Amino acid sequence: MILTVARNRLMNLRHDRAAFVLSFVVPIVFFSIFAAIFGGAGRSTTRKITVAVVDEDQSDNSRRFVEALRAEGGLAVVTAPEIKSGKAAPFTAATAEAAVRAGDFPAALVIPKGFGAIPIRFGPEGQHPRLTLLSDPSDPVAPHVLGGLVQKVAMTAMPESMARGGMDEIDRWSGGLTPQQRARMEEVLAQIRQQRSIPSSAGSRASGGNSGSGLVDVDQRAVLGQKKKNPMIAFYAAGIGVMFLLFSAAGAGGALIEEAESGTLDRILSTRVSMTKLLAGKLVYLAWLAATQLVVMFVWGSMVFGLEMRGHWGGFLIMTVATALAASTFGLLLAAVSRSRMQLVALSNLSILAMSAVGGSMFPRFLMPEVMQKIGLVTINAWAIDGFQKVFWREEPISHLAPQVAVLIGVAILLFAAARRVARRWEAT
Amino acid sequence: MAEPLPLEVRDVVKSFGSRRALEGVTLDVRAGEILGLLGPNGAGKTTVVRSVVGRAQPESGSLRVFGQAPIHPTAIDSRGWVPQEIALYSLLTPRENLWTFGRYQGLVAAALEAAIDRSLEWAGLADRAKDRTSNLSGGMKRRLNMAAGTIHRPRLLLLDEPTVGVDPQSRERIYAMIGELKAQGVSLLYTTHYMEEAERLCDRIAIIDHGQIIASGTREELVHSTLGNRETITIDADAPVGPALREKLTRLGATVDGTAVRTLAEDPPRMIRELLEAFHAEKTPIRDLTLKRGSLEEVFLSLTGRELRE
Repeated sequence: MILTVARNRLMNLRHDRAAFVLSFVVPIVFFSIFAAIFGGAGRSTTRKITVAVVDEDQSDNSRRFVEALRAEGGLAVVTAPEIKSGKAAPFTAATAEAAVRAGDFPAALVIPKGFGAIPIRFGPEGQHPRLTLLSDPSDPVAPHVLGGLVQKVAMTAMPESMARGGMDEIDRWSGGLTPQQRARMEEVLAQIRQQRSIPSSAGSRASGGNSGSGLVDVDQRAVLGQKKKNPMIAFYAAGIGVMFLLFSAAGAGGALIEEAESGTLDRILSTRVSMTKLLAGKLVYLAWLAATQLVVMFVWGSMVFGLEMRGHWGGFLIMTVATALAASTFGLLLAAVSRSRMQLVALSNLSILAMSAVGGSMFPRFLMPEVMQKIGLVTINAWAIDGFQKVFWREEPISHLAPQVAVLIGVAILLFAAARRVARRWEAT
Repeated sequence: MAEPLPLEVRDVVKSFGSRRALEGVTLDVRAGEILGLLGPNGAGKTTVVRSVVGRAQPESGSLRVFGQAPIHPTAIDSRGWVPQEIALYSLLTPRENLWTFGRYQGLVAAALEAAIDRSLEWAGLADRAKDRTSNLSGGMKRRLNMAAGTIHRPRLLLLDEPTVGVDPQSRERIYAMIGELKAQGVSLLYTTHYMEEAERLCDRIAIIDHGQIIASGTREELVHSTLGNRETITIDADAPVGPALREKLTRLGATVDGTAVRTLAEDPPRMIRELLEAFHAEKTPIRDLTLKRGSLEEVFLSLTGRELRE
């Protein structure tokens, strides 16, 4: 009897081909997405961190230092903003800070004037120029990686400076080196210089682990969000909010399938209501529902988790409307494409979870490999989360939301047009 | 100029894939009459109705509702449709369902409220107006289904098998509602596969089979044109009909199906005598013998060679 029950379910599954296929496709798709995000498609477990580097010193040592940073496999060093016709003027401390603030880089490093002369500190005292590490606290990983690599590179890229610094300290605290000792040290320094001239980056490429020994003095400064009580809350509110918006829009859009199955849709379309008006009406409802969900979620976030709504309402409402429209039309299209509730559930699970994973609802996009970050841009989630981050985290003016709003509204128009086209199958046959 | 007919259907052809659903259907519904569209399941009744309400597009032929194409706004406003399915929102109350379909039909404000109250009263659902529709009985849902299709007071109503699956008591209430509509001067196209319903409710009947109207007229006209003065004799044998008896009965023009024997006779007394003699000669006992004047059942059987069953 038990086997009969099992066989009956199997027979049912075989007759719903879409569900049958999706039950195998969904796990494979998700496995692949998460493998790509966390496993770098099998190549590396560490993403490349893009940093802006400002060399105010322009000495041999500072240049060598920047080159060594550039040779680090975990870093992508950018010294000047990219423009269409090539590269613009190199970053300054101010432009680099603005770039971090705008979210172009998770961190920037400023090498001050005089760094090349005394780059390394051995003793507890001394007048050592200090590097400045500017960071965006929404990325908790990048500043730490950069800080560690700065210390590592200081050891590997400037051995001569390190040795001379050590010799000076010994000279100072041991009561003076003998002439023979000094001559021998100069000989060793010359050898180090000679070795440096042989191009080899093998050593610098090897991972050195955490080298925060403090050879180079680094001041770390968060360029935004210093006053925020809970810096990641806006990200999670947006990320989770958009994902559930998509789910609820798809679910509510399923009413269309129920109407088709019950004959209500036929009845409606026999009256003055056309298919376009019907879909537009559904869109108004879905968008209202989605916008209300987002408002409730953010207000809850402000009451319980200290999300600051004050001063952000304008941008928030604009992003809410744009996101609600995009999510609603997506739900409408899914419902129009699906032939049954079962298909709708399978299809929405697959597409929404995939979009949410790639688009940053489950895991911040800026922590993903670069390729995955770019792929994420095909999702509604990514544009919505970026927009809400601009409002709540970067506190950018409303005009800066233009790209996100334009994309979301554009997506909404395209999806609605697609849903209308697919819905032709319900018109008079 | 004469008022156009409530419904004119001319040579309508409609296929679904390779299957021909309507093979040139022609029929009229005249002002104030109930035209019964009678036929077995799959004969094309619902396709005719769906074509009239613009939900099916015929390949050829023409349909006119009060002289207009089915999707013309005037046609939409002047016709109502009660589909075979319970096409309602089960989570909503009867009042909310009627509000929804009233709005879709263009009713607003006080006119809408008045229409809702009138429809609830007409359907006998005033005391259940605020219950959830899913909690209503099958008969109540059927009546609400009718109310939703008539809330805008159409002059032509298309009723597609409104009594399917309804108990006899509820069926009577539905007949009473239809009677009220007729009294108000509404013209109706009533599809059914129940013979008794067609005989009882309809002024005229069009019989449809395999997508074709094979006969139409009043009941009397159909019986007369198809059966003439012939009457039906049915005999139920009390034992299987043997080959010898079967041969004799067939020679007399009767059909034999198991123990049932049936024939049409212009001179019933003589035919009954001959049949009884045949049974007697073959020593086959008889359980029952009936003589019936021409019925729609006989008309359908005579026209198609098949019985009209569910």
